[in-house]
Amino acid sequence: MKKSMTNALMVMVLLTLTIALGGCSGDKASDSSQIVVGIPQDLEDSLDPHVAVAAGTKEVLFNIYEGLVKPDSDGNLIPAVASEYAVSEDEKTFTFTLREGIKFHNGNPVTVEDVKYSIEKCADTTDGDPLVEAYSNIERIETPDDRTIEIVLKEPNNDFLSYMTTAILPADNASPDTEPIGTGPYLYVSRSPQENFVVKRFDDYWGTPAYIENVIFKVCPNTDTIVMDLRGGSIDMYARLTSAQINELDDQFDIYEGTMNLVQALYLNNAVKPFDDVRVRQAMCYAVNQQEIFDLTFDGKGTEIGSSMFPAFGKYYIPELADVYNQDLDKAKELMKEAGYENGFSMTITVPSNYQPHIDTAQVLVEQLKAINIDASIELIEWSSWLSDVYADRNYESTVIGVDAAELTARALLDRFESTAGNNFINFNNPEYDKVYANAITCNDAEQQTELYKQLETILTEDAANVYIQDMAEFVALNSKYEGYEFYPLYVQDMSKIRLKEQTQK
Amino acid sequence: MRYVVKKSVTFILTLLLVSLLAFFAFQIIPGDPAIKMLGTQATPEKIAALQDKLGLNRPMPVRYLSWLGDFFFGDMGESYSYHMSVSSMLAGKLPITLTLTLMSFIMIVAGAVPLGIYTAKHKDKPVTKAVNVLNQIAMSVPPFFMGILFTYLFGIVLRWFTPGGFVSYTSNIGGFIGYLFFPAVAIAVPKLAMATKMLQGSLLSEMQLDYVRTAYSRGNRTNGVLYHHVLKNAMIPVVTFLGMTLADIVAGSIIIEQVFSIPGLGRLLITSISNRDYPVVQAIIVCIAVIVIIINYVVDIVYQILDPRVRGQ
Repeated sequence: MKKSMTNALMVMVLLTLTIALGGCSGDKASDSSQIVVGIPQDLEDSLDPHVAVAAGTKEVLFNIYEGLVKPDSDGNLIPAVASEYAVSEDEKTFTFTLREGIKFHNGNPVTVEDVKYSIEKCADTTDGDPLVEAYSNIERIETPDDRTIEIVLKEPNNDFLSYMTTAILPADNASPDTEPIGTGPYLYVSRSPQENFVVKRFDDYWGTPAYIENVIFKVCPNTDTIVMDLRGGSIDMYARLTSAQINELDDQFDIYEGTMNLVQALYLNNAVKPFDDVRVRQAMCYAVNQQEIFDLTFDGKGTEIGSSMFPAFGKYYIPELADVYNQDLDKAKELMKEAGYENGFSMTITVPSNYQPHIDTAQVLVEQLKAINIDASIELIEWSSWLSDVYADRNYESTVIGVDAAELTARALLDRFESTAGNNFINFNNPEYDKVYANAITCNDAEQQTELYKQLETILTEDAANVYIQDMAEFVALNSKYEGYEFYPLYVQDMSKIRLKEQTQK
Repeated sequence: MRYVVKKSVTFILTLLLVSLLAFFAFQIIPGDPAIKMLGTQATPEKIAALQDKLGLNRPMPVRYLSWLGDFFFGDMGESYSYHMSVSSMLAGKLPITLTLTLMSFIMIVAGAVPLGIYTAKHKDKPVTKAVNVLNQIAMSVPPFFMGILFTYLFGIVLRWFTPGGFVSYTSNIGGFIGYLFFPAVAIAVPKLAMATKMLQGSLLSEMQLDYVRTAYSRGNRTNGVLYHHVLKNAMIPVVTFLGMTLADIVAGSIIIEQVFSIPGLGRLLITSISNRDYPVVQAIIVCIAVIVIIINYVVDIVYQILDPRVRGQ
């Protein structure tokens, strides 16, 4: 009895040790043409690009799907599924020619029916608004022959081309939510919830094929361990690092610096007292010092902005607006006095708890607003509560958040301030803005339209719609084995340009 | 037979209660899955249409009953956020959490039983005193802290494993178990200390009893008495403790999976809660409840083997 008991225990101990030691010898088979990209959030979303909403999903799907046209890294629209396009004189008819021999990832050729299906899917109004709002302007889609698609609009719209980036999907894919099939440089391989999302180079790609064969997007939800993950070698690339994290990385990594292309601001609920008073909003703008925010929380980096537009939008961006409200506490106090808030007031800044840069910014704002007797307190809430309480129900006073542009057009950033817009979460209401906006979207002269968009930005600044802060600096760390990272004016990660340094030397 | 019926009824009632409570909890906390799914593209019409599609605007009891009905016939539904079937998601995650649980449990048993016996047998040796002090320390350190400590020490300083370098069991089983080793130790250490202390105490008090003196007087040696008579009796409270521990590890994996970035059941549960992904949350909670109930059932059986008196009751 005694013997057998001891033996049993010995076996158990040995078993545990074997398991432990066996694990240590885990093989490190390294495929030369593979890259592991860390992503902060899983793609907890539909993989149908028309339905997916999370920015984190879209930036990955960018590698799988393409529209008739697609953006390049300079912010131009280049032909993709269509090989060429023509716009009629009256800017009402857009004609696209399907690229010869283009194939979907499943090997089937792309047909004009697929294109028609994809656009009609996004123009469908059975659920209220169409998936792409601008598509409500489509009168009809015609396919005169098997390589031509004609889209006819009800009203002229010279911005319309930027909405043709809508992904083209095969009409016969029964489950686009889970089995994505596109025409992009990478094709979908597999996903494991909370673990990874794997794509592979598409060898029949119409354009320059991607360099790296396998790309693994690995979920790294723990922001505290990202530097460890990078240094330990479990990930090769990570975008949107903070300057503090960058400083912890050694020369094993190349750091690319760009901008996030977000309008970060203290968004004010214009329908709530005291933010319904323009003088209060202006006073707050005068009280805030953006440079101090950069110095205290972003290592001095950031681009100050003064309206809902960021520099990547070149011709629409007005740099001078950033200087309209330079910090001036006397002026701020005076405005507060005029508005009847000489003794200040207290307010709440609601911030989603998963966005550290916004929390840090809010903390500096609290201190700066004290100078004009505003007693602000920060309330941290979960992202899903933020979406429902702040964004959908508009039940909040103020919030710090970054707003991005879904398409390469100024309209994508400015449409939400039209007083009846469904996404006008700050309840901005300015009749003049509405009037200019209506003119801008129907204007068919590009130059004049740009002027109108600029006018809209100026109204937002003068009316102090929000306390605009910055377009945040973005840092991307890429293991120095690789090169070729490119920033886009949109929220995307283009993996097809990244290559191993040795691949370039060949 | 009556025993089986009784157990099954308790089993079903417990599951009903657990699922009902989980369902109700989501009525109280703020946030709506439709709004979360639409994100910044939400408009009132789109929210209404999606709620309609997901069946969220039906009254709460109707929703519960329809979920229950589907679940009963083996349909756990589809995840709101991933659009994948919940059963396939669970099937992928369950092996990870169960392996982790099993590994730490084996460590606890393999460590606590010999240590407990040894320290009880040699209670006056300096080794025992040292073990007792170490036990005290190990017991007071929570697993998550142990996890952070391990990540730093073995991951960053000694580089024995790559933090965040989780390998899936489908691609490399050795690497998978290797990565789970340190998390398993982090879970096991405090529990191992407690189990050792328990077995040691239980053995020592058992050794004072009359039947032990009788056994000695019949000419038995210490070892004989210990393994033949005392150990079986002394194990009874320890088995209870081990059963509780096992259940505790399954539920507690939520925390340790977060610390070591292990994409198991616990992490899926946390993200599903923040996404308001009801079907996944419900399924995981019921799944954990089933595991805990089964463990308790096994503990009951082990009792009956150790102590025939229980069978009569």
